[in-house]
Amino acid sequence: MLLDFLQQLGHRSLSIFARLGRASQFLLVTLMALPSVVMRPFLLVKQMYNTGVQTLLIILVAGIFVGMVLALQAYIVLVDFGAEESISLMVSLSILRELGPVFTGLLFAGRAGSALTAEIGLMKSTEQLSGMEMMAVDPMKYIIAPRFLAGVISVPLLALIFMAVAVLGGFFVATDMLGQYEGVFWSQMQVKVDFYDDVVNSIIKSAVFGFVVVWIAVFEGYDCVPTSEGLGQATTRSVVYSSLAVLGLDFVLTAVMYAV
Amino acid sequence: MNMDTPINTSAQPNDILIEIRNLHFSRGDRPIFDGIDMDISRGQITAIMGPSGTGKTTLLKLIGGQLKPDAGTIKVDGEDVHKLSHKALYDLRRRMMGMLFQSGALLTDLSVYDNVAFPLREHTHLSESMIHHLVLLKLQAVGLRGARNLMPAELSGGMARRVALARAIALDPQMIMYDEPFTGQDPISMGVLVTLIRSLNEALGLSSIVVSHDVPETCSISDYVYLISAGKVVEHGSPAQLAKSESAWVQQFMGGLADGPVPFHFKGPSIMDDLMQSGLG
Repeated sequence: MLLDFLQQLGHRSLSIFARLGRASQFLLVTLMALPSVVMRPFLLVKQMYNTGVQTLLIILVAGIFVGMVLALQAYIVLVDFGAEESISLMVSLSILRELGPVFTGLLFAGRAGSALTAEIGLMKSTEQLSGMEMMAVDPMKYIIAPRFLAGVISVPLLALIFMAVAVLGGFFVATDMLGQYEGVFWSQMQVKVDFYDDVVNSIIKSAVFGFVVVWIAVFEGYDCVPTSEGLGQATTRSVVYSSLAVLGLDFVLTAVMYAV
Repeated sequence: MNMDTPINTSAQPNDILIEIRNLHFSRGDRPIFDGIDMDISRGQITAIMGPSGTGKTTLLKLIGGQLKPDAGTIKVDGEDVHKLSHKALYDLRRRMMGMLFQSGALLTDLSVYDNVAFPLREHTHLSESMIHHLVLLKLQAVGLRGARNLMPAELSGGMARRVALARAIALDPQMIMYDEPFTGQDPISMGVLVTLIRSLNEALGLSSIVVSHDVPETCSISDYVYLISAGKVVEHGSPAQLAKSESAWVQQFMGGLADGPVPFHFKGPSIMDDLMQSGLG
């Protein structure tokens, strides 16, 4: 009984480490294949459309609502202290420091990451990747590298759009709904939001999230068991792992950037 | 037949394109190949036949360098496939090999035309008008010039395989590996593919390897046949020689008989024991 348990534990740990090793090796090969994207810029543009532009709608809608809700909640709390002119501060700081990058990472994992995993996994199970190898075209260069790079570029841009839209959402609620002066809203933000501490750090955060989410998504697709069941599991794993990675990394990055 | 001497039916005994020696390969704990030797001659159609699950497709992947053997060597045109660097392997594939996958393996986001043009665009610096001519000629060879604007999803299985064939010959390789080309085809598509494989081999001076378990179709076009089972080469020779083989296994396989050395019943206790037990239970 105990031996069985130990054996299973060992077996599982070994397979986890083997997978981690494969994922790291995969990342290395992907990074080495990146220069070849320069030779085929049309692939990068196509993938940026597929992953970036196609995710734009959900980012815009989510951004505007998150900003609006935040402004409302901020007003409810702040009005008791007569500090309702700080709405813009609360909205912009929480968006920039946390919600912008995290929401974008999670939405990107759900919308684009899962699609990447499913697409690459299906290519594997329909032998398209093998077929490419036998035509002497390296799928790492033709399929993986452009998708990886497109994702890594797209996520920070999407995060910036998300944050801009969210602040605008907060602005509309604060001024049109709650009757705050426009000047108050913007001047509070201008005084208290720091370019490097807040804006640059949030771009760094979203770049890290983008890197990890896309890495997980393409790896899960490339490494999936080429059956319908295996593909389903890989897609699920892609979304679950990348969401958890975004949340975990967010804590680490926040600790490094703001607390320590 | 003598299994020890290198084998060749053609007039040039030294004209070996692929030389496989003492090949061992296993998946997990299950051995797939247990010391296989093969010689595949230039300019011929060599068939590799055997029951499902004997690793025929695996053998093609080993020859193409997509899998690594546990032991043994595979030489293609004198080069040891598994000792080549990544770049040299890709060079060898580009120069020598075309492969027709069972599913066709067409790129689903490209049209028929673009699929055939794909290797040309990737590997040559030809102008688009030149590529246009080449693609139309290749599609003409497989009879699908009129289908060039269709997407892969709009093709029947047989058509997809023909497009894949046009793509495989786009770079004029010296050899083509066919993975189960006849499986799941209606009689007409099957006839078309049989004729195409033979005529392309003659017209382009190719060497072909056909992996299959469709005995009559494969035998009708192949010059030489290897039968593999349980990780070993069971028999080899021309189709006529195999038909006369005295081995009971070969007779069963070639004749498609339900019972013989390969039993009809999967291993298990006798039916009497099984029924008695379930009756009591």
